Amino acid sequence: MTQPRRIHDIAHARAGDKGNTSNVSVWVYDPKDYPLLKRQLTADRIKRSFPKLFTGAVTRYEMDDLHGLNFVMLDALEGGVNTSLNLDSHGKSFSYLILGLPIED
Amino acid sequence: MTDSIRIGCGAGFSSDRLGPAVDLAQRGALDYLVFECIGERTMAFGHRDRMLDPNRGYNPQLGARMRGVLAHCAANNTGIITNMGVANPRAAAELTIRIARELGLLGLKVACVEGDDVTDLIDGDTAFMDHPGAVKDVALRMVGANVYLGVDALLPALRAGADVVIAGRIADPALFLAPLVHRFGWALDDWPLLGRGTLAGHLMECGMQITGGYYADPGFKDVPRLADCGFPIAEVSPNGDFIVTKLDDTGGFVTPGTVKEQLLYEVHDPSSYLTPDVTADFRKVAIAQDAPDRVRVTGASGRARPDKLKVTVGFDGGYLGEGGVSYAGPNARARAELAADVVRQRLTRANGFGGDLRIDLVGLNALHATAETAYATSEDIRLRVAVRSTERDDVDFMLWEVESLLCCGPAGGGGYRGQVTPCVVTHSTLIDRDRVRPTYEIFVA
Repeated sequence: MTQPRRIHDIAHARAGDKGNTSNVSVWVYDPKDYPLLKRQLTADRIKRSFPKLFTGAVTRYEMDDLHGLNFVMLDALEGGVNTSLNLDSHGKSFSYLILGLPIED
Repeated sequence: MTDSIRIGCGAGFSSDRLGPAVDLAQRGALDYLVFECIGERTMAFGHRDRMLDPNRGYNPQLGARMRGVLAHCAANNTGIITNMGVANPRAAAELTIRIARELGLLGLKVACVEGDDVTDLIDGDTAFMDHPGAVKDVALRMVGANVYLGVDALLPALRAGADVVIAGRIADPALFLAPLVHRFGWALDDWPLLGRGTLAGHLMECGMQITGGYYADPGFKDVPRLADCGFPIAEVSPNGDFIVTKLDDTGGFVTPGTVKEQLLYEVHDPSSYLTPDVTADFRKVAIAQDAPDRVRVTGASGRARPDKLKVTVGFDGGYLGEGGVSYAGPNARARAELAADVVRQRLTRANGFGGDLRIDLVGLNALHATAETAYATSEDIRLRVAVRSTERDDVDFMLWEVESLLCCGPAGGGGYRGQVTPCVVTHSTLIDRDRVRPTYEIFVA
């Protein structure tokens, strides 16, 4: 089997918005990949990867029993759904932005 | 599980589908059918509609939905609970009564719940919780303010025997929690129970987002018969444990994966999901597949409800204009980038142009452009220009400039389209619970 290359190969995700705050929950398909996910997706990496987009604090919550992580990004939606000029004003596609991150060695 | 209650979700947002709701009304053997139809934007649009016509301001699909489900619900003894009243629950109830009479459902009791409109309690000094400053600092016209009400606003109407309860701004999970509290007699300070019922409501409130909608990712998450996806049903036990399921003959599926994605949808700290009714705690939730399309959810808990209630204040935000032209084939990216440069130069040079401007290259970097991620070497790119302004002239001027690219811009541009959308702006604040007084009135068909 080939090595997984992106987070998308081991996990699925959904994004939500409230005001100017976005959250993305990320869940591994196979529980054995959960430690890898936790090492790969730190709050710091999310913030570092998209500094222009996630200008506010990024917080990670862990759901160890269900093998998922929840990322909360403050000030991430260009003011929120009612003021953003982004085509995706809700930030719905942020789930796949994060799933697109490469799995690093 | 004969003593459990079956609650279906007939809409998870204002424009949700009608057919799957009719399926549930007809064949769901439901005790209650809930329609959740308000977002931050739709609430403010409801106020705008009501300002233009005092008989409007409720969900535009209310009539179609009631015509579709009312007779089935009456025949099957299924109660209806909804926030489709948006900014005008009274007018929504009156329309529902008229439809009930047309359908011959004489004697049907329809309640309107009011008291969420707290516009009169908001003044210039009202400070925001999510934004610097106060109402007076916003250079826009306020259209209305609504407090998120909880189950205590819905229970009197249910106890009075209403067959249909129509409210405005109710916290989404409370639409589902209210019939549980009503039927099971849960105490309003039994926080763990209210936490479990709130989780049931939270999972149900977005309709198909738990039955396979918004989940499919071909080759990774394949969803059966997505085009015929069904709305969800919760079978809730008196102890608050519940099963999420759907009608057998509908498309989609219910799996631990669909439940997990919805579990944290629009949730920040899983230990503290705030509603007017409880501070719900989802940290120890357990999810198990009992049978195909039957997922058991247990383990939520809760702590005391917050002292203050959240209020959404809506403002008239003017207009969003969006115009576009497409470029394809060799060197498409360079031609689209040149077009963007021309538009930017001409708009920013123009006298008195005051809107916020954004230019995207769709197919290259539109959605994730601000993340500085550009993927493609696409040769099929759409220039998209967006302007937001309180002045209609700014928006119309931008659209004119974009359309002029057809003869004045780079080579090979085609497919101009332009549109103007009215906008609202919303901010949140908090209000003391004791200043809010929900009321209800029952109309009989």
